[in-house]
Order: sequence, then C-alpha cells, then structure tokens
Amino acid sequence: MNLWKIAWRSIQQRSVASWLTAISVGLGVALIVAVLVVHRVVDHSFRRGAQGYDLIVGAKGSALQLVLDTVFYLGQPVDLIPFSYYREFVEGRFVPAVRVAIPICTGHDYKGFRCVATVPDMFERLTYLDNREFRFQEGRNFYPENYFEAVAGYMAARKLKLEVGQEIRPTGYGEAGSKAREDEPFTIVGILEPTGTPIDRAIFLNLEGFFRCKSHQHGPSYEETLLKESEFRVTDTALGEQSSKSESTAEPSPSEDRSTNGAGKDLSARDPQDTGHGTEADHHCEHHEEGALEDESRRLSAILIVSDIENNPQLAMALPRIVNEEPVAQAVAPAKVIAELFDGIVGNVQRVLLILAVLVVIVAGIGITVSIYNSMSERQHEIAIMRALGASRGTVMAIILLESILLALGGGLLGVLMGHSLVGLLSPTIAEHTGVIVSGLDFQLAELILIPGLIALATVVGYLPAVMAYRTDVAKALIAAP
Amino acid sequence: MLLVLEEVKKSFPLPDGSRLEILDIPFFALDAGEQVVLVGESGSGKTTLLHIISGISRPDSGSVRLDGWDITLLSEADCDRFRAKRIGYVFQTFNLLPGFTALENVLISMYFADGRPERARARQLLERVGLGHRLNHKPPMLSVGEQQRVALARALANRPQLILADEPTANVDVGNQQIIIDLLRETCREEGAALLLVTHSPEVARQFPRIERLEHLNRLGKREVQQTV
Repeated sequence: MNLWKIAWRSIQQRSVASWLTAISVGLGVALIVAVLVVHRVVDHSFRRGAQGYDLIVGAKGSALQLVLDTVFYLGQPVDLIPFSYYREFVEGRFVPAVRVAIPICTGHDYKGFRCVATVPDMFERLTYLDNREFRFQEGRNFYPENYFEAVAGYMAARKLKLEVGQEIRPTGYGEAGSKAREDEPFTIVGILEPTGTPIDRAIFLNLEGFFRCKSHQHGPSYEETLLKESEFRVTDTALGEQSSKSESTAEPSPSEDRSTNGAGKDLSARDPQDTGHGTEADHHCEHHEEGALEDESRRLSAILIVSDIENNPQLAMALPRIVNEEPVAQAVAPAKVIAELFDGIVGNVQRVLLILAVLVVIVAGIGITVSIYNSMSERQHEIAIMRALGASRGTVMAIILLESILLALGGGLLGVLMGHSLVGLLSPTIAEHTGVIVSGLDFQLAELILIPGLIALATVVGYLPAVMAYRTDVAKALIAAP
Repeated sequence: MLLVLEEVKKSFPLPDGSRLEILDIPFFALDAGEQVVLVGESGSGKTTLLHIISGISRPDSGSVRLDGWDITLLSEADCDRFRAKRIGYVFQTFNLLPGFTALENVLISMYFADGRPERARARQLLERVGLGHRLNHKPPMLSVGEQQRVALARALANRPQLILADEPTANVDVGNQQIIIDLLRETCREEGAALLLVTHSPEVARQFPRIERLEHLNRLGKREVQQTV
C-alpha cells in the first residue's frame, strides 16, 4: 500500500469519468506526437533529399527555385545553362575540384510525375542518404547508348503501374497532357528500390534521348521554347524540315566535338543498331540520331556536383564562389537552402500546429480539474475517513495530486499510442501523396518532454481539488451521509 | 490512567453569531484495558466527545490526555499521527473506503500510521473477525455485518491503546449485533486495548461493567435534565 496505489484506486473507483478524462488528454497528446513525428520525418526527408551531392550548378536566378526544381522536382526550372558549361566540370578547368558531375534536365512530366533527363552515372556514381547505393527492384539502369530508355522511381512506378518494357511518352513544357506536345516514347528498363527521397517520385530519362526529342531541338530557353510552340506543330509533320529549320534558326554553329566524356561522349558514340528497344522511338527521332548533336543544341537545368574535398579541398571550397562570380551560372549548396526553407516556412507551420496541440492538451488538463473537482463533493466523506484513520492534510492533498498526475500520464501514454498508431495508419496515404515515408514506430526524443510537461500540467490542474481535500472538515464530513 | 479529560468544553457557532454549547465535562477518565459504555440522548454530544478524544475535533478549552500526552497541545500533523498509532475508531456507518478490498482497508490504516503495512497482521485480524475468505472483497460485496467486522479489524490494525466505537451496532441487523459486540470486546481484550463504546441500546449497555451517561458527565446535560424535570 502506498500513495500511488491509493490514488490509482480512486481513479478505478470512478473508472468511466477517469477514462473519459484520460482520453481527452490522450487526444491532445496524440496530436502533439503526430505533429512531432511528421515534422521530424518531413524535416529529415527535406534535408536528406539533397544528400549524395553537395552543390547544384544552375542558371542564375532564385536559388530556392533551383533547389526545389533540382532536388524536389517541384516548380519550374530557373532557366537553362549551356551544355558547354557542363564540360567545364568534366573535362575543363573545374575538373580538379569535382569528383562527380551529373547533368540533369527537368521540366517534363508523365501523368503528373516529373521526368528528369540525366545520365546513367546518376545511379552509379551518386549515392543517397548515408552513402547508400541505388538499387533496382526490377530491371537495370539505362545504357548510355540506348537513348530512349528510362528508369522509374519506386513510387512513380507503383502509382502509374509502370512495368519494365513499358513505353511512356513524357509531356513537354506546359500544356501537360496535350497530345500535340508529347515527346517520343521512352522504354522503362528499370524500377528503383524505394529510397525515401524525392527520387522515388520521378522518372529518369536518358539525357541523350531527351535531347534528341523533337521538342528539344529548338529554343535555347524555356521561354523561347514556348514562343516556338507553333513552329513545333508545323514541324511535327515534317521532321526532316523541322530539323534543318531549327538548326538554322536556333543553333547556327553546330559543333563536331565527339571527344567529351559523360553525356556528350555517349551520345556521339551511339550506334542506332545497339538500342535494342522499340523502333517507334527511333522512328520519331530518326533524323536527330543520324548525326551527333552539337553542344549548342543541348541545354541543362542543372548539374549535381560532388566536390573533391578530399584531394583538392581549397579549389573545392572555392568552386561555388568562382561559379557565382561568372555570368553563366550560380552554384548553390542545397543543404543550406533547404535548411532555410524548412526553418522559415515549414518550421513555422509546425510551430503553429504544435501550439494548437499544446492548447488541446491544456484544455484536456482543465478537464482533469473539472473531473476531480466534480467528484470532490462525494469524496469529502472518503477523505474524512482517511483523515480519521490518520492521514494528514498533506497526505490527502498528495493523493489528489497523484491522481491528477496518473490521469495525465495515463492519458499521455494513451496519446502516445494513439499518435503513433495514427501516424502508422496514415503512413501509406502520406507516402502516396508526398513520397515521404513515415513510420508509426518513429519515436522522437522530443516526446520525452511530454513526461515532465504532463506532470507539471497535472500538478497545476490538480492543485484546486487538492486544496479542497486539504481543507476538508473531517468531523463535519464524517457525520454527513456518504 | 490511560485517558483523562479535564474541564473539556466544546461549542459550535450558530448562524446568528452566537454559540451553541455542547460539552462541558469537568472530568472523565478511563483505565488501560477498561471497557466502558457511554449512553446518552440523541444530540447530547456523544459523537462530538469521541471526536475530541480522538483529536478529530479540538475542544474550546480543557485537556485530553492519552497515555500522558495532551493531544490538545499537539500540532495537527502530530495529532493525526498520534491518532493513527494509538486510537482505533469504529464508526456507526462503518466508513470503509469503497474502492479498496477488505484487506486493503486494513492495510491503508497501517500505512497512514507509520507507512509500513503488515500484510500478515492484516490477514490475521480479518481471519480473527471471521473474514478470512473475504480478504479481496470490496465493501459493496460484503454484508453490513461483514463490513462492520472489517471496520473492527481496521480499528485494531495499529495495536491501539484505545478503541472508540460510535454506535457500532446501530446499522447492523439484530442477528449480527451481539456478534459484533462480542467480537469487539474479545478482540479489545486480546489486544489489550481499552474500549469506549457509545450506544443507544440498553441490551448492549448492560453487558459492560461500567456504564456512563453523558448527561451525568456533562454539566450542560445535567442542567438540561434538571430543566426538563
């Protein structure tokens, strides 16, 4: 027998009221837990989205827009950068500072999922999270020489029911879904394992095939591409003419350079007989594939850079500054931009949600006061019996406070279970809509604050009934009928 | 002497601001192990007197000494501890804690006395009053006679020097009244505790070697009786 047991028995005696009170506390706590878990996971997902590379080089403009487009596949590209600038990182003056440089081109989508044109090295030389290598759940990575091959992220494949061997036709800039703007078909050759990053929600096209699509042989920029939309439609029916026309208007000085590594090299070395996939794609881009594409006809959204900090730290550190001082592009450290974005916007939303959840718990705490306070009139007799048996005023006050604490902690425990169950139940929906993988078993250290927080709350809200117990007139309450 | 009351006065405030005098006892004493019955009219102050002896109520003046300790001089907290250890109280309405089992009702009394409940003694006491098979039953599951027997075991739990019993058979059926009285007297004798029992029942009173009428102890009661006559 001890004070905890005595308090617990009092709770048991009023089980219905106690349960209702605990549940109301539990709902508030569940809300806090859900906010904490989702925030932590979203925060983690946001921050880890750009893991695997430390720099993004893209067109000058909004750094945030560049990161959103490149890392999260959200929004539109800032603008395009010349392919020749990419060469600076793979064979030019920036080579000593760079370990890996991956060119990417965004702006296309397929049935609502972003298509990202890149090179096979994206999945071979880059890693995600803590140096994890990309693995294929099905199929393989696309080959450089097979221009119209594509790889689907886990969630994109699942949602779109994509299978290896299936052909997809990405939609070009603007007018999503318009048949007139559909590109040549790409064949899915691999489906990635889930990574828990935005990569899960994208489809990756072979950059060379992407460049050879008819819609990319025109303007050097997004705006110009839009302006030339009517021209695309005209040329769609006369592919040969379109090619020569575009070259003569937008790309006046073709390059014959075939000696580049990475994308450019792969493209130049490509043998149409080696594609090994549907002839329809070849048919669509036939005229482009006959010759090598010059650099001027290629433009990129961004370059993902893994700096060579180990071998050339000084140059690697100076690289962003050098790029930013030049007029061509900007270099952005994605982690910094993401941190600013998260702390500035998402963090504030989370704070508001947390404040609301804390208010819910406080209201539920007041429920504890009401519950115990309402029971006090019938408990005066019980308290008087305890006093008559020798319990001091302090002892009966402590019993009431412990009862309040037990209700709050019990409700809190219930809330933690409800919160995690809620997260667990919602995790498939969250993953489906956001690509963020949330687990009901993601316990956060911050949840430990709930314990002292609830004890403090229970002490405050239990004080009023405890004082009532303290002031009980024993003789009077003993005489009164129970 | 175990218990000595001297010049004990008690009054209660009335709504009009005056005071209603209830007790004015010049002297009352009880020896260790003695068994005394106290009788008196309803409202004559018997329960108030028991409350004063147990320290639940404080007298307006006078002294109440138990085993040499004047409980009117003790602080409230000390008085609570003193009561828990030295006085057992059997109430008319049993006053068991409804959320606790018979065993726990006895243990809780021990816990309030010194924080060290003796489970074996609690069981032994309950077995002594014939409730060995009802240890884990809560009060609502017990008959009134059984409830009063639990109350008796609880009163004896801390080996008190004095048992105060306030009309312990008033709410018990006739068949159980004698059983309760016999148990009360026997167990008090076994435990060496003095017994001061309040009753309205002449049958119960007749069984005690010493019968005190409150009207005789109380100056106010005498006056009232004289006025009535």
